Amino acid sequence: MDIELRGITKRFGPVVANSDVNLTIRAGEILGLLGENGAGKTTLMNVLSGLYRPDEGEILIDGKPTRFEGAGDAIRAGIGMVHQHFMLVPVFTVAENVVLGVEPTGRLDHLDIATAREQVRAIGAEHGLVVDPDAIIEEVPVGVQQRVEIIKVLFRSADVLIFDEPTAVLTPQEVEDFFGIIRSLRDAGKALVFITHKLFEILEVADRISVLRGGKIVGEGDPKTATEAELAEMMVGRPVSFTVDKKPAVPRRPMIEVRNLKVMNDRHEVAVNDVSFAVRAGEVVGIAGVQGNGQTELVEALTGLRSAIAGSVVFHDEDITHASARHRHKLGMAHVPEDRQREGLIETFTLAENMVLDSYYDEPYSTGIRMHWPKVETEAARIITDFDVRTSSVFELADHLSGGNQQKLVVAREMSRDIQVLIASQPTRGVDVGSIEYIHKRIIAARDAEVGVLIVSTELDEIRALSDRVLVMYRGRVVAEFDAAAATVAELGLAMAGATA
Amino acid sequence: MAVTDTAPVTTADIELARRRQKKVNGVILLGLAVFVAVAFGATSEGNAVFRLTLPRDAISIPNLVVPAAPYAYIVAGLLAFFGIRQFMRGGGRSTNVFLGIGLLLVVTAFLTWATAGKSFSLTGMLESTMVRAVPIALGGLAGVLSERVAVVNIAIEGMLLAGAFAGALIGSVLGGFVGILGAVAIGGLFGFILAALVVTHRVDQIIAGVAINLFVLGLTSYVSSQVLTKYTWLNNAPVFRPIDIPLLSDLPVIGPVLFRQNLFVYGALIMVLVATYYLFHTRSGLRARAVGEHPEAADTLGIDVYRTRYINVTIAGMVAGFGGAWFTLGSVGRFDEGMTGGRGYIGLAAMIFGRWHPVGALMAALVFGFADSLQQKLAILHTPIPSEFLAMAPYIATIVLVAGLIGRARPPAADGQPYIKE
Ligand SMILES: Nc1ncnc2c1ncn2[C@@H]1O[C@H](COP(=O)(O)OP(=O)(O)OP(=O)(O)O)[C@@H](O)[C@H]1O
Ligand SMILES: [Mg+2]
Repeated sequence: MDIELRGITKRFGPVVANSDVNLTIRAGEILGLLGENGAGKTTLMNVLSGLYRPDEGEILIDGKPTRFEGAGDAIRAGIGMVHQHFMLVPVFTVAENVVLGVEPTGRLDHLDIATAREQVRAIGAEHGLVVDPDAIIEEVPVGVQQRVEIIKVLFRSADVLIFDEPTAVLTPQEVEDFFGIIRSLRDAGKALVFITHKLFEILEVADRISVLRGGKIVGEGDPKTATEAELAEMMVGRPVSFTVDKKPAVPRRPMIEVRNLKVMNDRHEVAVNDVSFAVRAGEVVGIAGVQGNGQTELVEALTGLRSAIAGSVVFHDEDITHASARHRHKLGMAHVPEDRQREGLIETFTLAENMVLDSYYDEPYSTGIRMHWPKVETEAARIITDFDVRTSSVFELADHLSGGNQQKLVVAREMSRDIQVLIASQPTRGVDVGSIEYIHKRIIAARDAEVGVLIVSTELDEIRALSDRVLVMYRGRVVAEFDAAAATVAELGLAMAGATA
Repeated sequence: MAVTDTAPVTTADIELARRRQKKVNGVILLGLAVFVAVAFGATSEGNAVFRLTLPRDAISIPNLVVPAAPYAYIVAGLLAFFGIRQFMRGGGRSTNVFLGIGLLLVVTAFLTWATAGKSFSLTGMLESTMVRAVPIALGGLAGVLSERVAVVNIAIEGMLLAGAFAGALIGSVLGGFVGILGAVAIGGLFGFILAALVVTHRVDQIIAGVAINLFVLGLTSYVSSQVLTKYTWLNNAPVFRPIDIPLLSDLPVIGPVLFRQNLFVYGALIMVLVATYYLFHTRSGLRARAVGEHPEAADTLGIDVYRTRYINVTIAGMVAGFGGAWFTLGSVGRFDEGMTGGRGYIGLAAMIFGRWHPVGALMAALVFGFADSLQQKLAILHTPIPSEFLAMAPYIATIVLVAGLIGRARPPAADGQPYIKE
């Protein structure tokens, strides 16, 4: 099935998210879609999947103009989408999520969950997507959730599959598996759209590349000949540096000392087991590890979101093991959480409000019970321009930002304060190359200003580029420590897989 | 490369965090043991006679005679045993179960104490428990149906009242069955109005609900004082009499409690079963729950969020309307101003205690019904405690039960939030 988007324009009030976009998607081909944060990629794909109605332009399926009144129409036409922010019901099982909307039923509208289970298994077996149909979504790791999303689309026998930043939450191994899956789908004659901010991924799997900027198509690329630098420049409109310039670290006194820390996860299992390390002022410590090896719980314990069952956390000379999140914040601790939508911001608040979520209660943003909104708004505007958050105004709702811009908003808030320690999980998840360059620069600048920085990332490149020291977590323990300058990807990878040298 | 050892996680680690909770439960149980011994054991004498047979019963079984003081001491002993066991060993998974059993024992000890030296119809009380649970269960069920699609339904109180009013008025003129139909229709109408306000016009859900409640209260009070007092034949509806289910109604104790009731009791039980089937075993139920948990996801799969909400909230209104008819057609046959007396709100509490599940709501409603009927019967027994105060005990027990036994209830994730497309 071939799709042609012709002259698509989509506006949100004054914001033109897509302007006169022409794009063709062909059967048996993977189309890579690139573009900086807020370029309009998600919006364009939401138009194609029937969620948004375009203000102008039309969609042609195999040459025939088609109108979608809702997502149901697009699904029936064979178009399926895996969304940037997962569209799964957390309390439902895998099977229930997969069949939702196209359920197998018996008499009396009876939901035939046994058949659903079988169908999920069958599709999984056919495409190498192993999942337990009875697992509850909120209890499985994101990698599995991603698989469920793919099975969902396949279950509706879609001929056109859209993947909006599917690899942002996957581990390198999962990314490889994912590539295998989409290649085999392509070879089976499906049309695929793949959106990502990782240029090497596009070069690896795409057959054709289109680049969006400011809502318009600004160029095409051939993955056989294009280079990352060319693509980056096409996206951002200026040359981008992929390496982080930094001087050797000059570590000073310890800012945070973690001693024999033990933390439970939600399932009452020990997630962080007897971990000890220190982060000193003026150094970047990276924590590498495959998702789900205790990093999340460690960060939550450090930032006061989860209580430790044993051990201690010392900040300067103060024991903060049981201190509240606000107290830690006041001491100068900044936290970029791994899930921006759940823990980083309030989507129904404006950007200005989100900008002071952590500091609204004090000077200069308020005195007593009185908020100083003009002050909040001007500060927010300043910070937003600094970090290049693309938006029409500080009065816009956070919900209306593109995914990468939401991420930038959180990073901007946390880094625009006088801080002593920065704890950042996946700081650049979903952020475009241009902004990654900027955020990395700021992190190194913070380090040089004697901030102690702890970066947790599943992205090895990011860890290696930023860190001075790398700790590897495996099954709740720190199993290895490397000097970042000397460590090789192979060594790190082995340690992450739990191999002891 | 420095490598530390990777010792496996031990079960001792896992136990660590749970242990404290278990200790707390142990202390509570021990405290209850002391309380039962001192308050009930030391102060009661004679036997408590529980009558199990009602005058009309086909088969009569002997009374249950319980020596009050010894029973209290036995209960205290059991509680102490559970408590110490809990405290010492931490009791594993069953820790909350023991707390639940313990509380149940306390209630029985209390009843025995109150009845000591007197006789008391246990079956009669259970029978009225069932009856009194009906409006609360139906209110709770209406709450479940609408909150499962994420519409908070404060308007249940108003819907009950409207159903009671319509039942009385229409029932007086056109007979009981038409009265029920009228009550269901009026309830459904208010459900639809609520949906229109909160789904389409995005009025705050609480405000919309309160507005409906005030409107219904004002309107029914006005009509009842201005019209119904003058034309009393408009407020003289037939009452549905109990229907005996053949054979089953002859069983001792459970016969009168379950199988010698009127249409409303049977109706409520059937609706709870149907609603459970609907919500958890049908396609429409799955979609409804998806809309309540993650409307955006439902939308991306082509499920019409607005339509689903309209339908479910309207059905919820119909259920509440039926529950409202109980007040008039199922009990006294006439309408009085504000006669629902907050049962709609108690229904909402039952919904929460029942964890947004129809059966849970029914169970919670039974506890409230028990409290209601206990308070009544205790007034007859002349206990030294003011009956209002006594009536609080079961509510407190409910709260403890729910907090201790069931744990934190989790409402549908999108509960109370309007859904805005694009
Ligand atoms: N519902 C909405 N209301 C208002 N503006 C919106 C809405 N959705 C998107 N926008 C705006 O449209 C523009 C394009 O957003 P879109 O989400 O398509 O970007 P994107 O290319 O997917 O970016 P990212 O890489 O960060 O995900 C942005 O400026 C965004 O703020
Ligand atoms: Mg996007």
